[in-house]
Amino acid sequence: MDNSVQEPFIRIARREDMIWWKAWIIRGIALLLSLVVCAVVIFAIVKMNPINVYQTMFKGAFGSTRRTWITIRDTMMLLCISIGLAPAFKMKFWNIGAEGQILVGGVVTAACMIYLTNFPTPLLFLAMIATSCIAGAMWGFLPAIFKAKFNTNETLFTLMMNYVAIQLTSFAVAKWENPYGSNTVGIINSSTKIGWMPGLFGKEYMLHLIIVLALAIGMYIYLKKSKQGYEIAVVGDSENTARYAGISVSKVIIRTMLISGGICGLSGFLAVSGASHTISTSTAGGRGFTAIIVAWLAKFNTITMIAISLLLIFLQNGAVEIASKYGLNDYASKMITGIILFFILGSEFFINYSLIFRGGKKNKKEE
Amino acid sequence: MDSIISLIQAAIVFGTVIMLGAVGESLTEKSGSLNLGVPGIMYLGGIAGLVGVFFYENAVSEPNSIACVVIALACALAASFLAGLIYSFLTITLRANQNVTGLTLTIFGSGVANFFGGSLNKLSGGIGQVSVSTTSSAFRATVPALSNLGVAGKIFFSYGFMVYAAIAIGVLSQIFLSKTRAGLNLRAVGENPATADATGINVIKYKYLGVCFGAAISGLGGLYYVMDYTKGTWSNDCTIESLGWLALALVIFSAWKPKKVIWGSYLFGILYWMYFYISGLNRSSQELFKMLPYLVTIVVLIISSLHKNKENQPPQSLGLAYFREER
Repeated sequence: MDNSVQEPFIRIARREDMIWWKAWIIRGIALLLSLVVCAVVIFAIVKMNPINVYQTMFKGAFGSTRRTWITIRDTMMLLCISIGLAPAFKMKFWNIGAEGQILVGGVVTAACMIYLTNFPTPLLFLAMIATSCIAGAMWGFLPAIFKAKFNTNETLFTLMMNYVAIQLTSFAVAKWENPYGSNTVGIINSSTKIGWMPGLFGKEYMLHLIIVLALAIGMYIYLKKSKQGYEIAVVGDSENTARYAGISVSKVIIRTMLISGGICGLSGFLAVSGASHTISTSTAGGRGFTAIIVAWLAKFNTITMIAISLLLIFLQNGAVEIASKYGLNDYASKMITGIILFFILGSEFFINYSLIFRGGKKNKKEE
Repeated sequence: MDSIISLIQAAIVFGTVIMLGAVGESLTEKSGSLNLGVPGIMYLGGIAGLVGVFFYENAVSEPNSIACVVIALACALAASFLAGLIYSFLTITLRANQNVTGLTLTIFGSGVANFFGGSLNKLSGGIGQVSVSTTSSAFRATVPALSNLGVAGKIFFSYGFMVYAAIAIGVLSQIFLSKTRAGLNLRAVGENPATADATGINVIKYKYLGVCFGAAISGLGGLYYVMDYTKGTWSNDCTIESLGWLALALVIFSAWKPKKVIWGSYLFGILYWMYFYISGLNRSSQELFKMLPYLVTIVVLIISSLHKNKENQPPQSLGLAYFREER
């Protein structure tokens, strides 16, 4: 009876040193488990062989050249937003407002397409890109300056800014509606194609691919190699350390949010000029929220984000295919995405912590 | 006069939806969890109630209205409690990030609800609209003697029982938080879990209960929306989602106090519907008017951060995971 305290059945200890491939095996297992759960759910609903379901999904996302390019386009769109969020999140600034930043970027792009039809093409594109970046940056600037000066909660502030942007978009839609009374803007410049993003090498969405991949590499270098990227990391780890090291925290917060909002605004330009050629409150379509999850899961590494965005878009476009084939509605994709994300989020625990069982090999944890 | 009465009526019906959502979220946030899954939870509560009643009404030839109400409430409570359980297991036990988990819950909830809601519309046959008329009218039943009392009757007694139940839940939550030992413990956990732990409070238990019961109350908001606001039908627009975010805004607006949520929700209702009663607005400027609740919330958020008034601050450990071994 020398032990007065009984050892708990399971103890949890933090671990920091998991080798990267072990971490990816754990994530892979989580993904597999989630696919099994999804398969059970799908089977319960449509009573079809889950293997066929995943085959159909693959066909929906990559079945033809056109579909593959649409999958690429959607992936690039999601990736672009996630890249925008990366610096803010690395700074531990919870920018939940990407949705709004995309929308304002999209609204000003649409405004350029509608009002600046007599501009020469290069100037028009310059105007669209510049104004969409500025609009998004402004949407990020407001919460940032209040965070920097008064420590106003940025999660809630950016969240509210989304709805201000949504109402602003509704306002613009009502103003520009075409035809009158339809409450939609319709395809802008459908005959002249003024302000439509051109293709490259005969591929309609090649330019998306190049722009966004360049952004991904650029942001990777910015965050890992530049002085400003280092400042972001220090502020994210500890504001006090940053102050002690002589970094102006409020300057870093505002600068980073201008960049973050600006890139999100640019993705609004991609969505309007490069894809839908119209503007509505669903232009952002929840991607601003999905991108938060992408950025978080990728640990702010913009290269990892490519894979995660591709996975989510594959699921989404695949589920749309299943839905149309079996006459279901395509909200099934959101359900599947939710289940998979739950599993991946949960799996992070097993990467960051180890479980030590009572009576297990005590020295095992040392290795 | 008539337009003022109808504005108040619209505001109260609208307010009840977000009141339930916000009272539940207040409890959750007081326990230290920032659950951004409120819209998803409201979706799940609404669809679970609707599906449960739909099967009951279709199975029996003459559905009993009391049974309808009980089934709807039970399904909604169970579904939203379960959603809270998913959230708390991931964030409290597995220590996943609260913001990301909450957003995932919103995606999941809106997917499940709109998927089954859409399929129900299909199941109910060519009409294209699912309708649970017995339940909906039970939810909207008023006491005739009271609702015929002229102006006072119209303003105070022309609603279904959930309007009054919501106020009662709000008052009870306030009493729970400020007057009971368990409520004090819950707030201690949300302010500083390490200190609460040191005094012997079971932090994990309080966090779980705070999230799950909070979610159950929020889910009732979704049920009220489906049964009363849209009269027992389902449409795949994203109204519940935007109401869910508004409920989150209301929690901030009311400084995490359920008693303030009660009048705040009606104020939001008035702000939201005001455009309808101001003459001379065209459709585009109406949309600008709908910004008001959000703008007001932003202003309140800024003012409360300027004042540093201890009474009106968010719970100190809001959004942070608690891990005893990690200090």
